[in-house]
Amino acid sequence: MANDTLIKNETRVSPAAHLYQEMADASVPGALSLSEVAFSTKVSVRCAPGSAGFDAVATATGVGLPQKVGEVRGEVDTVAVLWLGPDEFLVAAPEDAQLAAKLDQTLGENPGQVVDLSANRSVLELTGAKAPLVLRKSCPADLHPRAFAVNHAITTSLANIPVLLWRTGEESWRIMPRASFTEHTVRWLIDAMIEFRTETI
Amino acid sequence: MMLIDCPHCGPRNENEFGYGGEAHVAYPENPAELTDKEWSRYLFYRGNKKGVFAERWVHSGGCRKWFNALRDTVSYEFLAVYGAGEAQPEIQQLQGGTR
Ligand SMILES: [Zn+2]
Repeated sequence: MANDTLIKNETRVSPAAHLYQEMADASVPGALSLSEVAFSTKVSVRCAPGSAGFDAVATATGVGLPQKVGEVRGEVDTVAVLWLGPDEFLVAAPEDAQLAAKLDQTLGENPGQVVDLSANRSVLELTGAKAPLVLRKSCPADLHPRAFAVNHAITTSLANIPVLLWRTGEESWRIMPRASFTEHTVRWLIDAMIEFRTETI
Repeated sequence: MMLIDCPHCGPRNENEFGYGGEAHVAYPENPAELTDKEWSRYLFYRGNKKGVFAERWVHSGGCRKWFNALRDTVSYEFLAVYGAGEAQPEIQQLQGGTR
């Protein structure tokens, strides 16, 4: 695999870098915080459950591969695998330039594919007790804890664009729009957060 | 907003789905041997039924998988969903289904 496609220098810019200050200003101490998780690694894996390739990649991730909608294997801080479809998964990890090559090697000649999609989506982190209220303004998914437990992730929409929504903790959510939708998503979130700056009457 | 029960993801809003026309329209074994009339029948002629209709749907805003559904074209009610390539299920009760 071509690891050299990863640009390793100080000039690289993450999709929401220019919105850093605006996100910080929009945050509400004790209630809401919005930030970007820049330059994390995301690897797309496609292989059919029950196949040799599936078993091989499941072993190689160290946490297996999820088998049903919403399921996430692993943890946000180390390596996690999100379910995108019956034979499509997204391996998310902190920056790791070797991950895609490692999984691709594991898949070998088996039917399927491993593609480094790190630059495909930006990762936004919304935390705080009010986060579900912000998301609910335009996300049609059921975000009630009964339906959306910690470490649950689905493909859904937010502000009318497709996103991956991942509840990484009791009060923390990761929103992953395609990179070109980053500005739209951030500005929509900032707008949705405004009302929580004032005291509830 | 109508809910459609994706076989992989469960109930989701209808705007996550795309419509793929009538189900169980087999691709001709040997298209080159068909007359123009037969080919046009395959390409353009569909049942357009009033009532229970077998259709293809794709969950483009979710798992991106194709599946089949039985839908009542009068009431819009989805009576069953089943996998692509599976046989059409028998529907016992035509009214008051799941929703
Ligand atoms: Zn689906």
